[in-house]
Amino acid sequence: MLAKRVIAALDIKDGRVVKGVNFVNIRDAGDPVELARRYEEEGIDELVFLDITASYEKRRTLIDLVKRISRELFIPFTVGGGVSSVGEMRDLVRNGADKVFVNTAAVENPDLVREGAEVIGSSNLVVAIDGKREGKRWQVYTHGGRKARDLSAREWGRRVEELGAGEILLTSMKADGTKDGFDIELTEAMAEAVGIPVIASGGAGGPEHFYDAYVAGASAALAASIFHYREYEVGEVKEYLYDRGINVRREK
Amino acid sequence: MIAIVDLDVGNFANVQKALGGVVTRDPDEIDRADRIVLPGVGNFGAAAEKLEPLREVISSSVEEGKPFLGICLGLQLLFEGSSESAGRGLGILPGRVEKLPENISPHIGWNEVDFDGRFQLFSSEKPRPYFYFVHSYYIQPAGKEMVVGETCCELDGEEFRFPAAVRRGDVYGVQFHPEKSTGNGLKLLERFKEL
Repeated sequence: MLAKRVIAALDIKDGRVVKGVNFVNIRDAGDPVELARRYEEEGIDELVFLDITASYEKRRTLIDLVKRISRELFIPFTVGGGVSSVGEMRDLVRNGADKVFVNTAAVENPDLVREGAEVIGSSNLVVAIDGKREGKRWQVYTHGGRKARDLSAREWGRRVEELGAGEILLTSMKADGTKDGFDIELTEAMAEAVGIPVIASGGAGGPEHFYDAYVAGASAALAASIFHYREYEVGEVKEYLYDRGINVRREK
Repeated sequence: MIAIVDLDVGNFANVQKALGGVVTRDPDEIDRADRIVLPGVGNFGAAAEKLEPLREVISSSVEEGKPFLGICLGLQLLFEGSSESAGRGLGILPGRVEKLPENISPHIGWNEVDFDGRFQLFSSEKPRPYFYFVHSYYIQPAGKEMVVGETCCELDGEEFRFPAAVRRGDVYGVQFHPEKSTGNGLKLLERFKEL
């Protein structure tokens, strides 16, 4: 049976990992490839790289990174952060990314989802949605959470599914950074609204939070700092889930 | 030497790292190779078109008994055609490619594979090893005897089983990505070199 996925996210700036890491036995804590390799050894199911570089050099450094990762790693990875054209998607996939995610550019131009799915394939195109509760609905935010849009997260999820998105990377702006757990209501609402896999993101503080996300209907759940700072190893999270009847890949 | 056929979509640096060999779309190079790997991502029709100039050399290599491994779309291209788009597959294996049932499409993530243990390529100390899948279409071979590995998803409370690996003679195909399946996948690729 298809296993629930545990995903680690890495924020990248100028080709380096942004958040400090305190891994022992790592030669270069800021090197995304070193960190990614560590996660592969720990049994991570997938990696997500979010490029937050704002400079002119952005595209080149991201492509270089994608090339290095695809040469060095034997697990799937997704990249995104400011991707705004089909050409960029194609370049990232051609250089070794398994999946590409889009966020702001898809809201600005929904056709990008349809065109992107035709070129790189539906199952390789992820749409990232940042949501925050506003009254009765979850409102979509873009530009790294700075800009509120007149768009409901559930409706947007349904729309991108129709347009050909293969997965939704769903981040709760309220939960993000709190370590109080994923936003279960939001996760549940999205999983119910769409048929494609939903990746829960934002708020992971421990293995029990992953459990809650899968029970709420997420196919995958993503964390950054608890793994970076080694509060939990991937294996510990998976053992916890396995003991509670969640189907996870425990082999490494 | 192993020829890793490049259809211009996707990057196979890690296939090459695991197997050695050359990434190529030169028919002469493929002809000289002693093994062929056809990896592939993307759209069936687009890939089939890119494959057209290589049809002959691939078909004749397979007839000679050169070990062949199709990965993901590369597996699907072994068959006659796909409901994804028009375009002619290699037709080396009889059967077609169809869309997965809606509730389990796309099939993304790690799933267990039940292999027919008689084949060295798929031997494993694990009863049902995990491999990484990412696809929306699946193969429907004309004969069951070529299916040597199956995977399973839950569909409306029932088990939906579908082929994950096929074999006929020295032609092998896998729906999953060994090059993305860490230890299990690397072992499979390693064994392909020894066939």
